[in-house]
Amino acid sequence: MAINFLLPEFEVERSDYRCIRCRVCERQCANQVHRYDPDADVMLSDETKCVDCQRCVCLCPTHALKIKKNEAAFRTNANWKQNTILEIYKQANTGGVLLSSMGNPEPFPVYWDKILINASQVTNPSIDPLREPMETRVFLGKKPHEIERDENGAIKTELPPQIELELPVMFSAMSYGSISYNAHKSLATAAEALGICYNTGEGGLHEDFYRYGKNTIVQVASGRFGVYKDYLEAGAAIEIKMGQGAKPGIGGHLPGAKVGEDISKTRMIPEGSDAISPAPHHDIYSIEDLRQLVFSLKEATEYQKPVIVKVAAVHNIAAIASGIARSGADIIAIDGFRGGTGAAPTRIRDNVGIPIELALAAVDKRLRDEGIRQNVSLVVGGSVRSASDIVKAIALGADACYIATSALLALGCHLCRTCQSGKCNWGIATQDPELVKRLNPETGKERLVNLLTAWKHEIKEMMGLMGINSIEALRGNRLMLRGVGLNEKELEILGISHAGE
Amino acid sequence: MRREGEFRNPSGCAIAAEISREGRRFSAEKIIESMIPMHDRSNGLGGGFAGYGIYPKYKDFYAFHLFYDHRHIKKEVEEYLKERYEIVLSEEIPTRKIPEITDEPIIWRYFLAPLKSVLRSAQLDEKEFTARVVMHINTHMKGAYVFSSGKNMGAFKAVGFPEDVGRFYMLDEYLGYAWTSHGRYPTNTPGWWGGSHPFGLLDFTVVHNGEISSYDANRRFIEMFGYKCTLQTDTEVMAYIADFLLRREGLSPKEMAEIIAAPFWSTIEKKSEEDKARLTYFRTIYSSLLMTGPFSIVVGFNGGLMALNDRLKLRSMVAAEKDDMVYIASEETAIRIMSPEVDRIWSPAGGEPAIVNVKEGAY
Amino acid sequence: MKRVYVHEEWCLGCHLCEYNCAFANSGLSDMVKALKNQKITPRIHVEEGGKIHYAVSCRHCEDPMCIKGCISGAMTKDKDGTVTINHDKCVGCLSCMLLCPYGCITTDENETVLKCELCLKNSCGAPACVQGCPNRAIVYEEAEV
Repeated sequence: MAINFLLPEFEVERSDYRCIRCRVCERQCANQVHRYDPDADVMLSDETKCVDCQRCVCLCPTHALKIKKNEAAFRTNANWKQNTILEIYKQANTGGVLLSSMGNPEPFPVYWDKILINASQVTNPSIDPLREPMETRVFLGKKPHEIERDENGAIKTELPPQIELELPVMFSAMSYGSISYNAHKSLATAAEALGICYNTGEGGLHEDFYRYGKNTIVQVASGRFGVYKDYLEAGAAIEIKMGQGAKPGIGGHLPGAKVGEDISKTRMIPEGSDAISPAPHHDIYSIEDLRQLVFSLKEATEYQKPVIVKVAAVHNIAAIASGIARSGADIIAIDGFRGGTGAAPTRIRDNVGIPIELALAAVDKRLRDEGIRQNVSLVVGGSVRSASDIVKAIALGADACYIATSALLALGCHLCRTCQSGKCNWGIATQDPELVKRLNPETGKERLVNLLTAWKHEIKEMMGLMGINSIEALRGNRLMLRGVGLNEKELEILGISHAGE
Repeated sequence: MRREGEFRNPSGCAIAAEISREGRRFSAEKIIESMIPMHDRSNGLGGGFAGYGIYPKYKDFYAFHLFYDHRHIKKEVEEYLKERYEIVLSEEIPTRKIPEITDEPIIWRYFLAPLKSVLRSAQLDEKEFTARVVMHINTHMKGAYVFSSGKNMGAFKAVGFPEDVGRFYMLDEYLGYAWTSHGRYPTNTPGWWGGSHPFGLLDFTVVHNGEISSYDANRRFIEMFGYKCTLQTDTEVMAYIADFLLRREGLSPKEMAEIIAAPFWSTIEKKSEEDKARLTYFRTIYSSLLMTGPFSIVVGFNGGLMALNDRLKLRSMVAAEKDDMVYIASEETAIRIMSPEVDRIWSPAGGEPAIVNVKEGAY
Repeated sequence: MKRVYVHEEWCLGCHLCEYNCAFANSGLSDMVKALKNQKITPRIHVEEGGKIHYAVSCRHCEDPMCIKGCISGAMTKDKDGTVTINHDKCVGCLSCMLLCPYGCITTDENETVLKCELCLKNSCGAPACVQGCPNRAIVYEEAEV
């Protein structure tokens, strides 16, 4: 084999004193990094295969293992960074497009971290969520306000279809295919327990999961995989996926190797065939075409389901959102450029799109300026990492947040960013039955419920300290936010003042 | 230091109101006096009153009360008004010179009838038209401020303690069937005449004690419907919300209370099916008008008023009845000044409105 | 009674249960000290073949063959139903090993037999295999009848 010029990215540091040769690391590494040599009674490592998923570290009963960044380095160069050089080597080796997974890891500004939250002092009491009611329920959908009364003067209370959520969070789209059956089951059962929704992604809905329909958003993407009448009717809402933050402008790719019997059935495609979603919807080349699809889906489901249009946050997002708000859609979901993916070309993931914080602020403002904010609910995702990110998103103007990476982390993901390999040691982004079984959906559900229960407590605490006892009084309440270290332009777009003002 | 309206300005306060269900008209003397025992709830940076039924002679005309910073802008506003209204009367609002009230702006009032031709070309009803005129002056005509714009009613306000403001405007000489009053304790401002309460639009006025934590959510919602919140105070936004819900949406005061101080979901679940449907509908459609944080308010309108506390009752508010009179105040002591003897006195629960309507035809 | 049950569906074949068992019964407080360079003799063992693997340990049978066959009276059932071994009485005849239909009895260099006693006698207090299973493939619960 010709030399490939690559350096191992990681180093396996094993304490020989602690290692008891139980070989758990060896059995648990799908990348075959660890190996036992019986002759020398020693554990060996092939570090070139290591992706730093930390599975061996977590399972080692004597904590004998550390995975570290390989300190071996090319000569320091501020322009030609090590990774830049390695990527050149990889492409020179293979001639291929570089692939990556999960969200953009590059050091772009994280605006959430430059926004601070207000608290009540003196003039207004803070509220203690342990002693007073604190409400986090939200309804997503159109909110028309033309009051009609019947002959007795009673207000007619029919509403356009809404999604009711016990807290303003949903699990965003991850297809069965990109993630495993057990990951899907964890999300579905957790969504049911939490009174929120999860999202099928573009992979169809496995027959076992129709029973969680009330807590399911079914997605219709450009490949239309798994879409038929029962599927559309199964969910609480239908989402048209126009774009994804991690790879705006391109469709999803599921290699044929992952299309086994179950996935083939769910996606309604032949076993072993690549599931390549077209870059655009070929029946949507313009906004009026989108309107047709929105109403086709509403017709098909007798106007009983809200329709979500999901788009990636791109430069002109405010105008795009304004168009969608007039298309008949009930909800707009915007996915920021740090959103995750099961596989995307590295260059696209790392260079296309804009931060969700700015997109959200711009869209909410634009829709209000046009007086059509009530036409749609706004859901944002693309790296919402904590309860405080959610509070900030709601205060900037979102109705709810989509989370996915955080949910996967709760399931065990360690962000090694190699989902595309299909060898997820945590049983999440894989279809290998031996790996899939590593995620017990009962544990998965519990961990997701724990995570969001904890976040709910934190959201309530933060609402309480602002003197707010219902989440709707926080929505768009930008006075509760201040920026730090942001320039005039950034503050203007976010619509917030600087700390100290 | 920036002027009021250029920054958000929370404040604490005292409020009072009295109303005759029979529509009997009486002077503001008692309500002025009632503010004295609540002196410490104000700090001299703002006081004001609203009187209903005070202009019977001009009851068919919009009574505009304006502050002008200088003569120049007055001329400009008058030209603007002339193009849209027949000015039935234009006069300085009479005041009494007292040492407690100084630095007053030019204070003027007009009785106006909208020009039919202008209404026709604007394709608006006269209330909506007038509301837009008020918004325009307050947003775009720097140095002019319309602080009262209803028919047969008026707001009077100034920088000073409310009892002094009442004497300054000689309100003891006006007769009305309902009065509301306010003493202000702004927390970080030198005070500005326009920033005092009541706030109003058309015949809706609001006096308010508290600080709503939902302010910006409410403001950004209501601004979608053409209202411009130029003063950044809670009370201004409340006045616009009252106008929006009561006039534009055609809701009743009780329904307005169900929206801005909506019951908790846990309470809604225990209601009858009909109430549950309505309350759920309101909380869905008007979720951005829910007000959180402490407030006690009195919303005045032609023919009645509504007193309301936030749903947790984070501010004190007492109500009482005596014969045809109903009294509301931040503290019972103020009520006892207005009427030492009362038939009934109670403290309305959080989110439970006390609505008083004057007998039909009596106003 | 509460028993240790296995879910083959979730067993990863990682063998951690064996090491946790051996450590729990070692009487030592450090796993490295307890198991380093030792041939372990766990009371639970992972059966595997092809892609199937699951852990097996004493079933604490209603009517245990091991007790019937014990020639020294070392194997007894306590009032909770746990089958236990008295090492002082065990003579190492291994009859119980031959009789156990699950192959759940083992022996070590002391030549008395070892079996799962649900960690009730050691410092763990509850089955170490259950506590340490990374995927809830081993559970300790009342059987659903």
